[in-house]
Amino acid sequence: MRKQNSIVEFQDFQDLLISDISPDIPTIIISSGTCGQASGAGSLIRVVKRELIAQQQTQNIRLRITGCHGFCEMEPSLLIMPRGTFYPKVKLKKVPMIISAIANNETISELLWSDPKNGGSIEKQVDIPFFKYQSRTILSRNEKTDPIRIFSYVRHGGYKQFVRLLEKGDHDYILEEVKKSGIRGRGGAGFPAGVKWEMLAAKKNTNGKFLVCNADEGDPGAYMDRSVLEGNPHSIIEAMLIGALATGATQGVFYVRQEYPLAIKHLLIALRQARELGVLGENILDTDFSFDLDLVKGAGAFVCGEETALIKSIEGKMGEPRQRPPYPIEMGINGSPTVINNVETWANIPIIFELGAENFAKVGTKGNSGTKIFSLVGKIRNTGLVEVPMGMTIEEIIHAIGGGAVGSKSIKAVQTGGPSGGCIPTSLFNLPIDYDSLSQAGSIMGSGGMIVMDENSCMIDVAKYFMNFLKDESCGKCYTCRKGTQRMYEILDDFSNGLGTPEKLELLIELAVVVRDTTMCGLGQTASNPVLSTIRYFPDEYNAHIESKMCPGGVCKELITYSINDNCNGCQVCVRACPEEAITGKKKEMHLIDLDKCIKCGSCVSVCQFDAVETA
Amino acid sequence: MINLKINGLTTSVEKGTSLLEAARFLGFPIPTLCHMDGLKPYGACRLCVVEIGEGSKAKLVTSCTYHAEEGLKVRTATERVVRARRMILELLLASTPQSKIIQDLASEHHVMQQRFRQEHEDCILCGLCVRMCKEQMAAGAIGFRGRGTERSIGTPFDVKSEDCRLCGGCIYVCPACQLRCTYNNPDQAICGGCANLAAPCIEELKYNDLMCYMKPCVACEIVEYEKEKQIKIK
Repeated sequence: MRKQNSIVEFQDFQDLLISDISPDIPTIIISSGTCGQASGAGSLIRVVKRELIAQQQTQNIRLRITGCHGFCEMEPSLLIMPRGTFYPKVKLKKVPMIISAIANNETISELLWSDPKNGGSIEKQVDIPFFKYQSRTILSRNEKTDPIRIFSYVRHGGYKQFVRLLEKGDHDYILEEVKKSGIRGRGGAGFPAGVKWEMLAAKKNTNGKFLVCNADEGDPGAYMDRSVLEGNPHSIIEAMLIGALATGATQGVFYVRQEYPLAIKHLLIALRQARELGVLGENILDTDFSFDLDLVKGAGAFVCGEETALIKSIEGKMGEPRQRPPYPIEMGINGSPTVINNVETWANIPIIFELGAENFAKVGTKGNSGTKIFSLVGKIRNTGLVEVPMGMTIEEIIHAIGGGAVGSKSIKAVQTGGPSGGCIPTSLFNLPIDYDSLSQAGSIMGSGGMIVMDENSCMIDVAKYFMNFLKDESCGKCYTCRKGTQRMYEILDDFSNGLGTPEKLELLIELAVVVRDTTMCGLGQTASNPVLSTIRYFPDEYNAHIESKMCPGGVCKELITYSINDNCNGCQVCVRACPEEAITGKKKEMHLIDLDKCIKCGSCVSVCQFDAVETA
Repeated sequence: MINLKINGLTTSVEKGTSLLEAARFLGFPIPTLCHMDGLKPYGACRLCVVEIGEGSKAKLVTSCTYHAEEGLKVRTATERVVRARRMILELLLASTPQSKIIQDLASEHHVMQQRFRQEHEDCILCGLCVRMCKEQMAAGAIGFRGRGTERSIGTPFDVKSEDCRLCGGCIYVCPACQLRCTYNNPDQAICGGCANLAAPCIEELKYNDLMCYMKPCVACEIVEYEKEKQIKIK
């Protein structure tokens, strides 16, 4: 790769790359993030390549391997541009058919996405409800860019905003624009990013200032940051370059968790290519602006997503939060002023300059501008990443985009914000999603996890699950966080084992409030949310567990019994499935469960096709 | 100088003074377990919480780690503070009931019983010993390991540290051990009251490199002493 030696040279080079685009040539886009690869995108790529060669279409059809597009439920998928055809869950043996169809500019209707509601098939990606109701400003870039090829990024307008701002050389303008856009930190707390940057710009420090990209995304069920880093690492690098221009920072750090090997790989490649191209490092494009980026891998501690713990981890110390103030803006890495922003916040920065701050601020609601990516998981039909304008209601996200509940049971609640968040019941589903409404409802925006639960979920079990996570992931420094989460887990465990008493519920609430009050960092202060929000919105379930020793969701093993009802036609599937030989019954006769032998594993429920096994 | 109000009393303190120091200077009692003059504040036990701010922004912070700020209004014994302290003491009693210091504190705060499942741990992870070893003894032989339920204090890889000078500072500052080692008096020696609950010599191969500031380990002497006694009786 030839190094670009001046701003003009870079711009000429970019124009050259852009003129090279021939938009009419069909391109097969394979979404191959971690999620795609897990569903078999690797084999799909191989077969597509082989088939392109076999059908001698290499000159006529292009192939682009990109990061995640968001529709994880339908992986591995093929997207054919410019036509926009979307083939979900592609089987390898259908690839030859698809490729010859592309060559003839046709589509194969039986392989298209079919609407589960009316059975009709939809060809174009943009018409599928999952994509239709989103506004995919960040995620749509994943489709356009090959993450390991910098030219692919530059060709689609990459580094253009940075070079424009570098040429302009006005850091007040950048700060003004970011402030005007009203973007708030996407990591969960929602602090205005522009204000943070301005504070850093005002700091004078001879030892340098730091910018950090926080990619230590540890919430169970959330993977927005991973997809952005895997799919478009250069956009984050560009954003941090813009941040450095504005604030005078000299050094940047990516803090990526070890569990994201593909993101790390793509980032390292991107950093190397950016240095080779000359947009990163000393005297960028022959100006006196220098900025370099390092990558630090987190060692698997959830608490290191907290900014003071993250700084300690970068410094090589034990990841343990400390008292704020002083905030990282005063005393960050090695005592230098530091700004830490989430991956998604950074991903929005180039977009702000591309669209203009006013246009950016038009999306979303007042005080909550822009879009937010959520990872929609759980008992929902369309699992995946959704990017919606702030202020959309939960109802719209779940029913219009998510396609409603999977299975026969209806949706009961949504858990937002990961372990620190809370459960929101259906009665509040018209709540707009923004920082303030969610925290009023006793939950938090968090980094954007959204776990959907239906009638088959037990809220006590959910609270117990998160408490179990937190008791292991608490750093253990604050006594109330370490012991408090352990004790809350213990009490919840008692409830699910039928040992609950009203006094214990009282104690649980008392303890939860004290844990929230007396801990140092965000982890402890929000650790009570899963408990308090479930008690607030689902008191009946707690009462059922405590008073009548019943689990309405049928989850808590100690409180349920299985029995077989009249629906049984004697097919003997459950007899074979039972590991304890607790089910007896002859063929075509009703079966019976021996409750003495039953270990309540639930195997019979999952194999029975006639809803004959009841839980009570 | 920084002016602030503590429980309504105006005071001015030097920059960098913690709320704990300021409050104690005025004579307001604040209980602590992990604080000691001469060691860096750490904020582990959370007992020293005080309330700052007003209205909906009122919050609890640990007075040992929070520095005095201009115009700050501090309340050291509001209902919220007292409730939090009592719950912390209840948690402490539930896990380390044998400590005299914790028992006394609980009694002072009228915490007479605890409602959790009783545990018997011998460490509250206040970190006093770690800081003593590092800051005052300049050794840094022990440190924290693990997180959450797995967190503990010890030497790296549980190997006897070469930095340890057997000064006993760690045992001296510990608020959870009520039993002191009495090296020269084997009759009352309770080696392991702090770190080694089992006498090291019983399974020599397994425990012979455990940390004990006594050398030779008292437990061996107890065994010898018992043997001698047996012989004498015979």
